[in-house]
Amino acid sequence: MTPTETYNILVIVWPVLIPLTLAAITACLWQFPRAQRAVGIAGLFVLTGSAFALVHAVTRYDILAVEFGSWPVPFGISFVADRLSAAMVAITAVLALAVGIYGLREMRRVHVRAGFYPLFFGMVTGVNGAFLTGDIFNLYVWFEVMLVTSLGLLVLGRTKAQIDGAVKYAVLNLLGTVFFLIAVGLLYGAAGTLAFADLARILPTLEASPGLVATAILFLCAFGIKAGFFPLFFWLPASYHTAPFAISAIFAGLLTKVGVYAAFRVFTLLFEVENAGIREIVAVVAALTMVVGVMGAASQWNIRRILSFHIVSQIGYIMMGLAIATPLAMAGAVFYIIHHIIVKANLFLLAGAVRQATGTDDLRKTGGLLKSHPWLAVLFLIPALSLAGLPPLSGFWAKFLVVDASFKADMGWLAGVALFTGLLTLYSMMKIWMEAFWKAPVIERKKTRAVPAIMVAPIAALCAITITIGFWAQPFVTYAELAAITLTDPSVYVAAIIGEATEIGRLDP
Amino acid sequence: MTIVYAAMISVIAGVGVYMLLAQNLMRMILGIALLAAGANVLIFLSGRLGAVSPPIIPQGSEALAQTAANSLPQALVLTAIVIGFALTAFAIALAVKAYTSLNTLDTSGMTAAEALGAPDKD
Repeated sequence: MTPTETYNILVIVWPVLIPLTLAAITACLWQFPRAQRAVGIAGLFVLTGSAFALVHAVTRYDILAVEFGSWPVPFGISFVADRLSAAMVAITAVLALAVGIYGLREMRRVHVRAGFYPLFFGMVTGVNGAFLTGDIFNLYVWFEVMLVTSLGLLVLGRTKAQIDGAVKYAVLNLLGTVFFLIAVGLLYGAAGTLAFADLARILPTLEASPGLVATAILFLCAFGIKAGFFPLFFWLPASYHTAPFAISAIFAGLLTKVGVYAAFRVFTLLFEVENAGIREIVAVVAALTMVVGVMGAASQWNIRRILSFHIVSQIGYIMMGLAIATPLAMAGAVFYIIHHIIVKANLFLLAGAVRQATGTDDLRKTGGLLKSHPWLAVLFLIPALSLAGLPPLSGFWAKFLVVDASFKADMGWLAGVALFTGLLTLYSMMKIWMEAFWKAPVIERKKTRAVPAIMVAPIAALCAITITIGFWAQPFVTYAELAAITLTDPSVYVAAIIGEATEIGRLDP
Repeated sequence: MTIVYAAMISVIAGVGVYMLLAQNLMRMILGIALLAAGANVLIFLSGRLGAVSPPIIPQGSEALAQTAANSLPQALVLTAIVIGFALTAFAIALAVKAYTSLNTLDTSGMTAAEALGAPDKD
């Protein structure tokens, strides 16, 4: 095996192995919170480096695969990285790093003692595993890894609100994984295989049957619960606002997007939205998700609860891409995911900064931040306006791509819903702006409460990424378009894994 | 045989769904556990019933006999059982914690999270 082949194998495995190792090390350092912090932050830098190495490798070879123990697909377990997975892994690493740094200040001794670092790295392992696996049953396993660690993170502070939120989160997500498991069972019964590449080859040859339609619908429900589509999103705004800010930021950025990613994999490789007869369902669900999410936000006063409803609404935009299913729409959706993860997590981190500055995250009690913390106001406006889709920020290009795609595919009504939702999003962002920043403070403070630099630095860095995507959108759009090619044409994916045409690394025993 | 098996799965799943519709948290968790058990049995069924010999390659031959049992569903079910066990254990621990800190297992009485930043009542 040449050094290049060895490198290509390792580069796929690192994004899972590094956080797994970090989880183990930080668990061993249970008694030493300081050491956990040091190891954690150093490890997050290494993880970010490895994730970008994967993106670099994928831009060179298009699709990379590892077959563990040299058992070829469909007999063995494999990891596959295409442009979409690599981008998701990279954005996970960036976000984990930002949240890790922010958490240095926010995570108190009690949180670290309760196991913040091992759980956090366990969750990152699950998320990266879900992005890289090439097998639907392993996708289920990674989902469970992610679920159980995120439940642990959610109840870290053991407050009443957290327990209450975690109950709703646990019950609905457990139901989602059971649906997923049933769907996997039915799929295995129909196709006799579980590897994505093999399924993509076998499923089109099977005759359409009620069993397969039921399987597709069950997958849609399972991923719908994970991703938070209408009408399955209720656990999300019931739980996300109760966790510590750093944790809710990474939940907001990543967890729903893992569901979305899984939906994109399954409904491009295994079932096509058109042939499975669910295009209309996905389109209507996407439209309702957008509208209901944004309407739900309007009546809330807790910043994070408003933002949680907006996660739901934004998932609708991404699902639009899946409903339209043209290469342009897929590229728009991929771009939207990248933009959305950064912006949404940043808004949650900003909510933490607002809490730090005013002592509350109830908008009725905040105020006057424009005067006391003007730079915080600037940092808030960047992701807020980007979320609403104002040019020249990243959200504008993301919305432009999906709306353009829906007009080109004769689904103008969907574009109309998307634009209307954008307007209401702007309303919510303006509500936070008016209440927290603009209006006179409810309680006059003699001394301004400073927001520590270690909280501001990650926020500023994420704002810089948003601005970069906004002003230099072309490289990101090109990347998304190339990612969309493998999504819209399963034969590329299948050929890369099963055929001999492309360079594939094999792991010798 | 398959139809009897399928009927049994539908009964387990039906009972699970019925329990899940309750307001009591413990009943809901038991309902999910039953539903998961149904899913496990379904995976077993999807590997086809009726094989007669254990999946061991006899000495001298290179492949499994035609009559050998399918071993993959067993591996899948085993994994799913382990995962399901861990999650059910966590859910029950969470329910105990909810009972001690919220003083109820009735989900309609759990409003601590919803109350944060809820709209004004007037």
